[in-house]
Amino acid sequence: MSRLLSRRFREQIKVMFGAEPKKPAEISPAAQKIHLYKRGNRDLIAEKLHARAHAIHDNKWRNRRWATLLFANLLFTISFYFDIQLLEGALTASRFIGFHLIDLNSALQVMLAHKHIITNLLIGTGTVLVLWILLGGRTFCSWICPYHLLAEWAERLHVYLVKKKLVTDQTIDRRLRSVFWIIFAVLAIATGYTVYEAISPTGILSRALIYGPGLALLWVLALLVFEVFFSKRAWCRYACPIGLTYGVVGIISPLRIKYKLDGCFHEGDCRKVCLVPHVLDTVIKGRAVEAEVPIGPDCTRCGLCVDTCPTGSLTFEVKGLSKLL
Amino acid sequence: MSDEQNLPEDTVTSEPPAKVGAGGTAPLSKERRQQARRRVLRTILLTGGVMGAALSGFLPLAYAQRQRLRPPGALDEKDFLSSCIKCGQCVQVCPVSAIKLADLVDGFGVGVPYIDARAQACDFSCDAVQCILACPTGSLTYHKPEFLPVRAGAALAAKPILLAKEKDAEPTLNLTERIGVARLTRPETCLAIQGKGFKGQARGPKFQGRMRYMDVDRWKPIKISEHPYDVAECDLCVRECPVKGAISIETVFAPDGSQRKSPVVHEPCVGCGVCEMICPVEPAAIEIVPREVWRT
Repeated sequence: MSRLLSRRFREQIKVMFGAEPKKPAEISPAAQKIHLYKRGNRDLIAEKLHARAHAIHDNKWRNRRWATLLFANLLFTISFYFDIQLLEGALTASRFIGFHLIDLNSALQVMLAHKHIITNLLIGTGTVLVLWILLGGRTFCSWICPYHLLAEWAERLHVYLVKKKLVTDQTIDRRLRSVFWIIFAVLAIATGYTVYEAISPTGILSRALIYGPGLALLWVLALLVFEVFFSKRAWCRYACPIGLTYGVVGIISPLRIKYKLDGCFHEGDCRKVCLVPHVLDTVIKGRAVEAEVPIGPDCTRCGLCVDTCPTGSLTFEVKGLSKLL
Repeated sequence: MSDEQNLPEDTVTSEPPAKVGAGGTAPLSKERRQQARRRVLRTILLTGGVMGAALSGFLPLAYAQRQRLRPPGALDEKDFLSSCIKCGQCVQVCPVSAIKLADLVDGFGVGVPYIDARAQACDFSCDAVQCILACPTGSLTYHKPEFLPVRAGAALAAKPILLAKEKDAEPTLNLTERIGVARLTRPETCLAIQGKGFKGQARGPKFQGRMRYMDVDRWKPIKISEHPYDVAECDLCVRECPVKGAISIETVFAPDGSQRKSPVVHEPCVGCGVCEMICPVEPAAIEIVPREVWRT
């Protein structure tokens, strides 16, 4: 990794905790050359129109992701309903053919509240940690979390209402998520209750899917209403400590989205569909520090930008693997 | 609020923006300042909303103090709530579906397992206390960590012997603490005390509760409604108690000096709730007091 990319990487970690992305102080000569080439190049406009006319928008990654999300969640339900003991438990903690899997944030809450860790808890947490390091950290959010799917649909409704000028997106300070993370950790230590687990929409939804609906779904509904009429994707963006926990895991993950500067027309379609557009600040004209820039840890690897990019400038990448191949 | 979505983060178009974010160095216009102020207010609003919802979990604990019967091997209530990861693996392994997960009204207890003994008690038909084996966090445990105290009277004098496997190499349930104690809370309705017998389905034809009957099938619990009784003197609670020596029918003296029969609970009672479930009178004459300790 070049010096500039390491600097960007460190900045992206800060951005995950809530800092606003900044214009880069320095850009590599290679990237500068591309930026310069694009500036005032009239041919590019024709090319851009051509690329747009011929772009294939097929929702490939979104469909794969939704299928995975539904499959994973319904596997719990099916496993319990037919008593096949394939995937027992819920998203907070489960056993896949006997192997313990424990959600990192739930495990953290329990460890902080109970202040005692038994072997099974450690094994399950370790397994999940390794799994999500390999798979990209916040991949959990977009590929597994059932609330994410509902929120995606709510977001669609919200965007429609915004277009009709019936509502506006009320943004909120992103640092709030880090504050919530700390508050819930402190509350768990201080009160001895897993306070966050009581309101975790992920846990509530997962249990509702497996063990049947309950009143707790009203809280999830309230969140969705808030997101539809008030603030776009508010829970995932500004509140959810699970997202931040997995985001931290994603810092060292080799699986990520890669941005290639040369083919990009800087039209910003990707930023419009992105849940966390602050990780895509690099696609803004003149911002990329290198010809190829990996996207930061707060990215949920949902692939919406990959689907939407008309030029294929954003792709999935496994660090090191592309070099091997 | 015409174009509120055009806040710094989203204003970015194809041109490099003049100012970036609230932390930018350029001085903010009046409109921008107002927008920033509103954003702070919204941030406070969301903080308040989420924290309010989260801390409302204290309410049921502070006011209702609903006593829930927890599954066998449960830590003391406070530790149980802090260590339970709310996954429901205990629910999944129970052969008689005795374990349920609590809903929102339980506050911090949402998603935490409990047993409604009257509807479906734990009859230990799994033999090995599967829920304890399934628990990933040690909320349900055979081995309570040493730093957690044992309440006086909660500890069992000996590991309870499960009648169903009395002849097995390992006849005990391996439990060291009880989850409650059975109490004859309504002696006036008890059929045994009245000297009455019982004939028919213990809880009526519609009752869904299940139990293992060793003389029917050791590994397949059946509905209680499929197993009618015909006893000259009611002793259903004693007859179906899965734990050895936990309850018996004794001759007792009433305050007026008259003699009568009565179910009497003994020290080995673990609080499983089978007596409460099987009791044919409505409401049950005998009930489990959750988290109750043995008092001599």
